[in-house]
Amino acid sequence: MTLIEVNRLYKIYDDDGVPTPAVQGVTFKIDKGEFVAIMGPSGSGKSTLLHVLGFLDRQSDGKYLFDGKAIDDYSQGELASVRNKKMGFVFQTFNLLSRATVLENVKLPLLYSEVDESLWDGMAKKAIDSVGLSHRLDHESAKLSGGEKQRVAMARALVLDPQVIFADEPTGNLDSKSGQMIMETLQHLNEKHGHTIILITHETYTAEHAQRIIHILDGKIDSDKKVDHRRQSDEFIK
Amino acid sequence: MHIRYSLKTAVNGLRTHKSRSILTVLGIVIGITAIILVMSLGQGAQDLILNQIRGQVGSSVIEIAPGRQPKGPTDFMSIFSDSLKQKDVEALMKKSNVPHLKQIMPMVFGSESAVYGNDTYQATLYGLTNVASEMYNVRPGEGRFLTEDDVKSYADVVVIGSTVKDELFGNDDALGQKIKIRGRSFKIVGVLENKGEGSLIGFDKTAIVPYTTAQRYILGIKYFNHIIIEADSDANVPKTVEDIKITLRNSHNITDPEKDDFSVNSQADAMKTVSTITDVLTLFLAAVAAISLIVGGIGIMNIMLVSVTERTREIGLRKALGATDGNILTQFLLEAVILTALGGIIGIFLGSSFSFLTSLILTKYLSIDWAFTFPVGAALLGLGVAASVGLIFGIYPARQASKKSPIEALRYE
Repeated sequence: MTLIEVNRLYKIYDDDGVPTPAVQGVTFKIDKGEFVAIMGPSGSGKSTLLHVLGFLDRQSDGKYLFDGKAIDDYSQGELASVRNKKMGFVFQTFNLLSRATVLENVKLPLLYSEVDESLWDGMAKKAIDSVGLSHRLDHESAKLSGGEKQRVAMARALVLDPQVIFADEPTGNLDSKSGQMIMETLQHLNEKHGHTIILITHETYTAEHAQRIIHILDGKIDSDKKVDHRRQSDEFIK
Repeated sequence: MHIRYSLKTAVNGLRTHKSRSILTVLGIVIGITAIILVMSLGQGAQDLILNQIRGQVGSSVIEIAPGRQPKGPTDFMSIFSDSLKQKDVEALMKKSNVPHLKQIMPMVFGSESAVYGNDTYQATLYGLTNVASEMYNVRPGEGRFLTEDDVKSYADVVVIGSTVKDELFGNDDALGQKIKIRGRSFKIVGVLENKGEGSLIGFDKTAIVPYTTAQRYILGIKYFNHIIIEADSDANVPKTVEDIKITLRNSHNITDPEKDDFSVNSQADAMKTVSTITDVLTLFLAAVAAISLIVGGIGIMNIMLVSVTERTREIGLRKALGATDGNILTQFLLEAVILTALGGIIGIFLGSSFSFLTSLILTKYLSIDWAFTFPVGAALLGLGVAASVGLIFGIYPARQASKKSPIEALRYE
């Protein structure tokens, strides 16, 4: 089952009147339950592509179908609703509300959902438990370590059990041990819970945790291959 | 989004920058405080003046003045007229003309020198009758007031106000002494109680003689400056006013009410006029105070704009997590409204407290009978205005926030 389908997708920025192409006519499909890494050097357009795929930005040209429906057919409200219900985001810089507690941060997507308020605490605690941070519920997120912050962000992405998780350089600001833990969690979510994962990275080592790697160079697909020897470890997640 | 969480989010947003929020709200606090203070004091002043009028003159008292009501500054001369005569008094006294008349009193007045020995005092001379004492609630502290006989017999007697007594006699006894007005000797039969500066008619500075004596021997006139009528009850005042007008028109052969050579004012009219004047003054002052609310509102807008810029990444994040434009708009608008409503509540509290303090000081140290009233209407208005200021001045920053594209907001450094 195809979840994401892009066809000759373009994203061109207007840089003071000078058109600057970031994504130049890429075409690919991602199935439900796939773990795909989008790789490329910085400036290759991989983040821009992720933003378009995650409904955070619109393409300049080309077709993008999410779950069988073209992005152009969604209203602003529907885009917000899809982001809320079907997508989870993990960013390189965590993007937590620093003054809020772990629990409050994880509850954030629930504020904009239709889920009954009485269920919020339970859902948030379950998500926090799944990233192993139950002992940190009432900690202010500013006081957490980098690895912990990213796990809070993961819990926040998971709280509404989305179809797809977009992870934009999730290990970029972390030490190798924390990074490893995040990658294991992503793999675990993909394999055990069937979440589709789309990972952006410039590190081959990180990308090799995915099933498939799409290489982007200058906004175009350079290669699109299955990973032969997928990295897998269960050092942290049992 | 659930309203409770919207409120919580907004309050958290404000708590994050406590001192900034407090400083921002100060403008609104000052504005609302000023409005509440002005309106509360205005109400107090109005009550004071109305009570004074009520205390001095019965509310069923009607005043007839000669001449038209002046229609403008150039029409000033119209109030000097000699249209009220003895025959008018007689016509008004007829039961068939003015059935609800309780008592009637002609009045003349002028400014005259009262002389005792080498001392002179420029007093206000009133020519009245015995009923003035009851109508104007003036009682002699010593001696007596005018009697009916004094009026009928053109008696050379005078009742003087406390200031006149002090100026001419000091601590000496005035009762039974004679003072000269226009060279004619008048025996002092009464000295009025001190009424104080608050009184409407300055009875302290008056010399009161029978109107008959005043007309014939002092002023040399045959007309009256006023005719005062008291109706038998408050309820009959409007009817009596009409009866008086009809009677006087007949007496003066006037068919067109536009050409009336007299004017009739009831105490109720006077109170209404006073109320209108104090209301207008209060509103004017409140409007001046309201200017500070605009300044405060601009302060709110300014800070909210800064806040929106500072929190661009937060806005981007919330949008990425599913917040709609409306959610973001609500959040920032609520912050502004909570801020101003809070300012409103503090302002109402401060304004009322200052007003209460003022009433305490006036009552305790200046012996003015000033009643504190909590201005409920003004308080509700203040709260409404404060919240509206938040809405009006919060809408622009909130819209700026809601229109941000999620990815541009997330990328914002």
